[in-house]
Parts: sequence; C-alpha cells; structure tokens
Amino acid sequence: MKLQTAEDNGILTVRLEGSLDGKTAPEAREHLQRFLAANSKLILDLSKVDYLSSAGLRLLLVLYRELTARKGKLALLGVSEDIRTVMSHTGFLSFFTLVDSEVEAVAAVS
Amino acid sequence: MEERIDFYPTHEVGGIRFRRGRPLPFGATIVPHGVNFSIFSTAAHSCTLVLFRKHEPQPLIEIEIPREFRIGDVYSIIVFDLDCENLEYGYRLSGPWDPSAGHLFDKTRILCDPYAKVIGGRDIWRAQPDWNDIYQYRARLSFDDFDWEGDSPLEIPMKDLVIYEAHVRGFTAHPSAKVSAPGTFGGLREKIPYLKSLGVNCIEILPIFEFDEWENSSLHPETGEPLLNYWGYSTIGFFAPKAGYAATGSLGMQMDEVRNLIKELHRAGIEVMLDVVFNHTAEGDQRGPYISYRGIDNRTYYMLTPEGYYQNFSGCGNTLDCNHPVVRNMVLDCLRYWASEYHIDGFRFDLASILGRDQNGAPLSNPPLLESLAYDPILSKCKLVAEAWDAGGLYQVGSFPAYGRWAEWNGKYRDTIRCFIKGDAGLVPELAERIQGSPDLYWHRGPTASVNFITCHDGFTLRDLVSYNSKHNETNGECNNDGCNDNYSWNCGHEGETNDPKVNALRYRQIKNAASLLFLSRGVPMLLMGDEVGRTQKGNNNAYCHDSIANWMDWDAVERESELLRFFCKLIAFRNAHPVLRSDNFFVHRDNVGSGKPDLAFHGIRVGQPDFGDGSRCLAFLLCGRHASPEDDDIYVAINAYWDALPFEVPAPPEGVHWRVAINTSMPSPDDIFDSEGGPRLDFDDVIVGGRSIMVLVSCRRR
Repeated sequence: MKLQTAEDNGILTVRLEGSLDGKTAPEAREHLQRFLAANSKLILDLSKVDYLSSAGLRLLLVLYRELTARKGKLALLGVSEDIRTVMSHTGFLSFFTLVDSEVEAVAAVS
Repeated sequence: MEERIDFYPTHEVGGIRFRRGRPLPFGATIVPHGVNFSIFSTAAHSCTLVLFRKHEPQPLIEIEIPREFRIGDVYSIIVFDLDCENLEYGYRLSGPWDPSAGHLFDKTRILCDPYAKVIGGRDIWRAQPDWNDIYQYRARLSFDDFDWEGDSPLEIPMKDLVIYEAHVRGFTAHPSAKVSAPGTFGGLREKIPYLKSLGVNCIEILPIFEFDEWENSSLHPETGEPLLNYWGYSTIGFFAPKAGYAATGSLGMQMDEVRNLIKELHRAGIEVMLDVVFNHTAEGDQRGPYISYRGIDNRTYYMLTPEGYYQNFSGCGNTLDCNHPVVRNMVLDCLRYWASEYHIDGFRFDLASILGRDQNGAPLSNPPLLESLAYDPILSKCKLVAEAWDAGGLYQVGSFPAYGRWAEWNGKYRDTIRCFIKGDAGLVPELAERIQGSPDLYWHRGPTASVNFITCHDGFTLRDLVSYNSKHNETNGECNNDGCNDNYSWNCGHEGETNDPKVNALRYRQIKNAASLLFLSRGVPMLLMGDEVGRTQKGNNNAYCHDSIANWMDWDAVERESELLRFFCKLIAFRNAHPVLRSDNFFVHRDNVGSGKPDLAFHGIRVGQPDFGDGSRCLAFLLCGRHASPEDDDIYVAINAYWDALPFEVPAPPEGVHWRVAINTSMPSPDDIFDSEGGPRLDFDDVIVGGRSIMVLVSCRRR
C-alpha cells in the first residue's frame, strides 16, 4: 500500500493506493496519527484503493471518531461502488461523507 | 511499550513464536501482538493447533500445544504476529479410539473450534464446495468491536409482541424482491419498511448459526432439482453467523452485516428473535462427518447409548448432551454471546424438550440448563421460547419447565384453531380456552407464556391450509413419505389451485377467519412469512430442501394480493390499538373496574347463552375495554364456523355509544375490515354473521 500526503490551506489530503487490510491498516494508522495531531480537516482519497477489509473499515471509523471528537471533519473521496456497497451492508457507510471530486471534498471539510 | 507483562513469546517453532495461553475465554481471542487460543477436551492426550493461511489447502504450521500449557482439561496458547484477517485455524486431538466407550479421537482429522465466531468454507451460498479439502469448515478470527451507537435490545413487553417468522434467504431471494443483495442479511435490511408497514415488532429468523446447505444434498430423481438443506436446522458452529446469508460473507464481514441489520431493525422498533438449534449438530450419527465435537470430546458433547451409539431424540442422528455441565456452559456462553455481542432480543429453541433430558435421555423435573437460562443475568430480559416437544416423543406443551420465564410455541392453539375453522363440531370449549391465552395450559404462567400460531415454517402455509386436504411433498424426493400427516386442513372444495371463484372466495374468507382469531386471542401472535400475501408452497408441508421460488417470498404478491395484505395490516393495527386484546393476565370473568360488566363474557347466538355443546360451531364474546384502560373500547366478536349465515343477538353497547363494524370476513375488501375505531354503525340488536365468517364490533367513544 502507498500513502501520499499533501496539505493545503489547513486541509490534509491523504491518498491511499492498494489494499487497506489487516496488514496495511496498522501502518496507515501510524502515519495518519502523526499528521492528525496538527490537522483536524482530512480528505481521504480512496479512489486508488481496490480492497477494504474489516480492519480497513475499522481504521476509517477510528479516524472518524478521533476527528469528530476534536470537532474536525473527514471526507472520503472516490470510494468505488463495490466498496460503498460493502460499507452499506456492514453499517459503516452512514458515518461518512462520501464525495466524488476534490472540490466537493474541500467543501465537505471546510 | 508493552501493555501487559506476560504477553511475550517463550517458544518458537518454524519461525512462529508462542507462549502459554490463558484458558478463558474459550475460543480464539485477539490479544496484544497475538491471538489466544483455548479449547477443552476431557479425554484427549494432546492437542495440536493447526494454522492455515486463508483458503490454502495445506496448513501453514502445526503446533503441538506443550503439556505444560494445559490447565485441567484446557489447552491454551498465545501465538504471536499472526495476520488475523488472513488466518484460519483448527485442531487435531489425539486420544483413545474406542467407539464402545464413546471415544472417537482421530488425529488425522482437523477439527473446527466449537467456540469459533467466524467459520469459513461455505462463504457464498450454494457455491460448490471442494469436497477434497482436508478442512471443510474453517474457524477464523473475529473482530468483536462494532459501533452500536447507543443501540440496545428493545425489551418490548411480551404482551405487545407480534412475531413474524421468516427465513433470511427466502425473504428476499426472489427476483421480485428487487434488493441489492438478494437472499442476505443486507437484503432483509432493505425490507425493514415493509415489516414496519405490516405492523409486526419482532422478526423471528430461522437458524443463522453456520450450517452447510450442501449437507445431505441430492438431485431430485425425476426433476433434477438440487435438494439442499435450505432451512438450516443443523448447526456446525453455535457462535458463528451463517456466512452464506451475508452479502459480505465472501469478505468475512458477516458479523458486521448481521449487527448492522439488528441495529437497523431496532431503530425501526423491531426485535430480533433467533431460532436456535441446540438439540443436535451437523455431525449426524456414526456415519456422519468429523466436523468438530465428535473428534474433540465425543463422550462429553453427545448423548450415547451404553454401547457408544448416538441417541437420536432429535430425529437427526445425534443428540447434544445439553445437561452435561460442560455442554450446558457452552450453551450458556453461546446465548450470552449472542445477547451481548449481537443485541439479540430473544431465542426460540428448536425441539427444546431435549434440553430438559438428562445425560441418559430421561426427562428431568428440574433441568439445570433450562433453570440456568431462566435466571441468567445477561439473558434476564431476553425472550425464551420453547418448541416444547422433541422427536423422542416428549410433548410438554403446557408443562415445559418454565421458571416463570419460558414461553412456548402453543401447538394446541394451532391444532384447535385449524380444526375449528375447517368446521369441526364440538370444539367451542377448547376454542374458548385458546382465545383467552390457554389458561387451561398456562394458568400459573399467564397468557404471554403462549406463542399463538396457526402456521409456521414447519407445515402448510396459511394459503395452503385452506387449499389442500393433504400434503403434496413429491418434490422432496421421498415419495411423499416425509412431513406430517395431521394437517387439520380443508381445501374448500378443490385440491390445489383453482379458478373457481366460489372456492377462492371461501379460501380468502377462511384465511381472514384464521388471522382474525390469531390477532384477537390473548397470548403472543406469530405470523408466518408471506401468509399476509397468500404465499403458497403448492401443498408441500415440509419444504426444508427447496431453495427456489417454491419457497421464497414472491414480492409481486404484495401488489397482487394487496387486499389481503390490507386486511392483515389493519388487523395488526386493530390489535395494537386495543389494549384489551393484549395483557399479561388472564381474564377473571368478573367486573373489577365498576364498568357494570365482566372483562370477558361469552355469548352465543343469544346474549348470555354460549353453546359449548358437541354440535356447536359458534361462539361470541364481549371484551370490556375499561378493564384494560380507561380509554379502551368494548369489543364484541361473533364467530360462525357453521356453513350458513346465522343471526347473532348483540349485547347492548355502552351507554351513549354505538357499535361499529370493525371486521366482517364475509364481506369483500374494503368492507372486510375498517380502521381500528370501526366502520359503519350498527343500528340493530341483531347482526347476521355469514357462514364461515367472523364479525367484530367495536364501541368507539371517540366518535
């Protein structure tokens, strides 16, 4: 899994690529936690994520909880239809703001 | 920094590091940096943990659990640095092979953990299994966390419960269901609005513990139709939800999908009751497969004959020894787990009388398991419902050891109502008991001990009950020899489907009569999936093996049978609107509130003269609403199972109020049922109740 970060105008954008699963989620979590200390507005770009396991879904929810506890905001960008369906069945979908473009993403966390 | 001082490896085999585990909890538990595995066997000599990468045919590694890791009969080990999402595990147990003594240890077998919370191997419903796989039902690890967002079991009072018995797959598998994932927990979730509009507040689902739909599968000798274990009364693992029922089962996310379904049902005000099967397992008899229990501790888990053969009180080959202290604890652990980790509201126990037998099969007067369940602190608000009989001839309807907690499927209610509706004479005294919540059976327990039903998954659907005189199970491939012969059904003049409008009109009337009695009776009504829209199984009264449109709910019927559905919706709403129909207590037949009349008075075609004689097919009764609530109305019910219309003399309504017609099953829709406050006013002292019809009047003060 690859992870790229960019910060613009107080908004942190993290692009993930590959699978977010039991193997990669702890690593991603460690990275994200480092950045989150200074940011409360996060766009998670999942358009290059092809697989999200139970552990991956749990990481997203933990992020959501951490950010909302600090009155921050989280937007998920480019979530594939398949992953949306899985998130819907398992109850994770309703927590998140899903957006299809970067403009929408910025608006969602601003 | 480590969080605990004792979670560090002490041993290593083949690059895998491990240490002594903790005996509790049983099963596999994710701990810091590792997984704690714990399993018990009273007679094994040694235990080997077998680890697989997910879907791999051969094990990744096998670790014989060192002797010093055993405490008592429990083998436990913590293995470090495992990829929890990509792991499957099982055990090999070595011990004596001595069938006559009840020992069947076989170290060549890899066995599933009885406490496995996720089981792989049948991840996708009906996907062809690899029968050459050395490990068919593979224990996997689970994440126990779920964000319930404040959800908790609903604790709806038993008196207010309206149960809908449904099959997870059958409810939405039909293409007409038009859901995103047909036949799954996710599909069921999309139909919550339908359940809500019907007015039920509890869904009882047929078994969802992991089972194998391919068990004893065959092709029908003539039609070639695959015959599967569709119902699922054959447990592989008691702690694991059926993966094949989950849209996300192939991803191993069934736990989350089930929990999400339950959360959403609770949000809609609907409880979830599980149909649980503890009387036997999927391992069958001597010829059955090694799945788990028989290879781990055969003599503990099963009731055996003195020669070591399986007792068969379940009719399914073996009998779980539920009152063995160890098995009893497993059952308790299991139900506590489902209640606390899945927020299950209640359990219906299949062939529950087996749970009251001792280790030799003899019925106990004070069965420890049933007592433990009744007094358990975690289960204390869960509904406990017994199917109070078993295949060994024990029939305990009315006498199931209840400890003030257990309710029963009231088989006598079903039989009485069926016989009465089809026109049998001389049943009026028994009908009177059933309508009152069966005080003859449950006088010391109250009417909510009685789950009233006329149909359930086992037997005819309601439509078939009025369309067939006898079963038609040829499609089951057993030459129509399977299934019950005592259906107490009547085809209304023609066997099976017909275009005869008179026959069909009578059938609709009979369905409405049955439904009316069900929802006017004290006790807890239970409706079978699809009865509200005339679902048929074409006369099959044992449709356990059909995964096809023969069994599935046809959602086109929601439109096609909209008049019947309307009747059911309004009938359930009528019950919900009138507290006098629902109570924890039996009627006392006297005036307790100064209303000038008793809470219940029986009448006949003449006021005050019920005919309880041998030739009688009629009964009327008056319920005094004030006995339930100062706001509630009086309800008068005239039941005529005679084939001709009869005039019923109607008791005077309360002063200043008129009777209004609420239900008249002899009328076509929409005049068959009105809003719960009643429809047209009745201005006469007599009312004509049509042949084989029910008339309900309500004295509505608010109009």
